[in-house]
Amino acid sequence: MGNTQIEFRNVSFRYQEDMPWVLKDVSFTIYNNEWVAMIGHNGSGKSTIAKLMNGLLFPQEGEILVDGQPVTASTVWDIRRKVGMVFQNPDNQFVGTTVRDDVAFGMENHGMARDLMLERITESLEAVGMNGYERHEPHRLSGGQKQRVAIASVLAVSPQYIILDEATAMLDPKGRKEIMETIREVQSARDLSLITITHDLLEVTQADRVIVMNKGEIWMEGTPRELFAKKEQLIEIGLDTPFVSKLADELKDAGLPLTREPLNHQELLEELWTFHSTR
Amino acid sequence: MDISFDKVSYTYQPNTPFEHRALDEVSFRINSGSYVAVIGHTGSGKSTLIQHLNGLLQPTSGEVKVGEYHLKANEKNKQLRKLREQVGVVFQYPEHQLFEETVAKDIAFGPQNFGVPQEEIHRRTREAVKATQIHEDLLERSPFDLSGGQMRRVAISGVLAMNPQVLVLDEPTAGLDPNGQKEIMDMFHRLHKDKQLTTILVTHSMEDALAYADHIVILNQGKVYMESAPLEIFKQQQALEDVQLDVPEVIQFVTKVRDQLGVELEYTGQSIAELAKELTRIVKGDRVYE
Ligand SMILES: Nc1ncnc2c1ncn2[C@@H]1O[C@H](COP(=O)(O)OP(=O)(O)OP(=O)(O)O)[C@@H](O)[C@H]1O
Ligand SMILES: Nc1ncnc2c1ncn2[C@@H]1O[C@H](COP(=O)(O)OP(=O)(O)O)[C@@H](O)[C@H]1O
Ligand SMILES: [Mg+2]
Ligand SMILES: [Mg+2]
Repeated sequence: MGNTQIEFRNVSFRYQEDMPWVLKDVSFTIYNNEWVAMIGHNGSGKSTIAKLMNGLLFPQEGEILVDGQPVTASTVWDIRRKVGMVFQNPDNQFVGTTVRDDVAFGMENHGMARDLMLERITESLEAVGMNGYERHEPHRLSGGQKQRVAIASVLAVSPQYIILDEATAMLDPKGRKEIMETIREVQSARDLSLITITHDLLEVTQADRVIVMNKGEIWMEGTPRELFAKKEQLIEIGLDTPFVSKLADELKDAGLPLTREPLNHQELLEELWTFHSTR
Repeated sequence: MDISFDKVSYTYQPNTPFEHRALDEVSFRINSGSYVAVIGHTGSGKSTLIQHLNGLLQPTSGEVKVGEYHLKANEKNKQLRKLREQVGVVFQYPEHQLFEETVAKDIAFGPQNFGVPQEEIHRRTREAVKATQIHEDLLERSPFDLSGGQMRRVAISGVLAMNPQVLVLDEPTAGLDPNGQKEIMDMFHRLHKDKQLTTILVTHSMEDALAYADHIVILNQGKVYMESAPLEIFKQQQALEDVQLDVPEVIQFVTKVRDQLGVELEYTGQSIAELAKELTRIVKGDRVYE
């Protein structure tokens, strides 16, 4: 289906004229149905990209296309129907006085029928493990609970693209895993492109593709395996490698010739097994 | 400063349909100079607990002691100001503690409020922004025009500039980039040792709890579920799983090696390099030492 994608074409952006450029000539494409992780040091421009994607900001140079349609002041409402976003701090996102109102708000904006809305509220709160909290005030939830509700609000409107900007940072690791699995399930059931902005390297290993930002520019685009082969360079730009890559490195140094860059426990265990069984 | 919780309960919105007991008879002690990690799944009461340490919340029942300061139910503590001068809290959401026009003013706010001389404030500010790696260009910017991770660094700087005796950190690395997470946690640890602070860290990172804390308190549904030294805690994988918690990744991996390769291997606090040497010896057998 040719045109279902988000495209950045030579985008440059700064918050004010007398301030430095925050994004410099950024071009990339997010394809239909993929999961792209976006990482980069603090202040490298990730959240700015997210806000450009759904028309909260507009670039001074270049253009942004969603399904072939340029993001402009006149298309922004169409665009936001397609591109759902969860912010870094959910407090900035809550509009309702109860959890239920908050989840309903987005759907009301989309003119959804009432029956369907009620169904969706239940479904999406269940999906994030927050059923039973319908009448609570969002501001009085714990940090992780707030993030769950914010994610439910986006799932409820069932957008074609979802951008999660550090949206699970306050969750415990198990909770984080569960939420990502929930979203992956949605993705396997229908067309959904997922962009997760994250500092969690374990999460990055699971994405289809990674875009790495550095000082407002794209530093690299590739698979997680390609990325974590870069070690020292990653540390230089404020990043790091996951535990498995670090251990694999030390194993090589200790004289164990691993054949490939392992991405997860299982891959490394398989390599170790090969050496062990042929000894 | 010695800290103790004695049967502390805290109820949000009492006498309403939303009444919720977030802490339920919590008791434990923290010796002066120790580094304690508080862990537990979301909603278990961690943030509620640490807000008692500087008197932001007052127990519904029970008593909190922080050094010579006592916080009791229904009893106004007149020394809150002195307490807050000594207990520095980095809150879960950094935005909540920023409010000045510029980053520099924000960092200076605490010490200024407590009458620290201008000269000394400058010195502390310089030191703090160095420790948190805030670029000087940011000092005259509004703290609200920063990225999430930059705000976090400013909030941490503001707390450092207070020179607190007790450091309370509520998920302080959320929002920091991976290298920043490591550097800032190392920085807190150095400070903890050099200045003999008492440090309380709320974290979801079992790795950090293992690496930095000398004692761990686990909360579950507002109660103390377990407390012990890190290596002891992480031996009890099942008990942790029962309350939604994992053991650190290195321990998960060691367990898998043991189970799947059928070899003897125990985690006793080895570094990754040491672990790699041990693993190499195990899988290669004698061939390592020709
Ligand atoms: N409202 C704003 N006004 C002015 N400058 C801003 C504003 N928001 C962000 N910036 C600046 O733009 C740059 C990029 O910020 P952005 O929020 O996109 O970073 P990020 O990659 O999301 O960082 P983090 O990992 O810390 O969330 C930073 O230098 C930041 O200080
Ligand atoms: N201001 C508040 N009003 C009412 N309930 C709250 C408030 N803050 C937290 N709670 C509730 O108290 C419980 C513990 O929250 P919190 O201490 O923030 O948990 P944690 O920090 O462990 O994630 C949660 O069930 C949460 O919903
Ligand atoms: Mg950001
Ligand atoms: Mg909390």
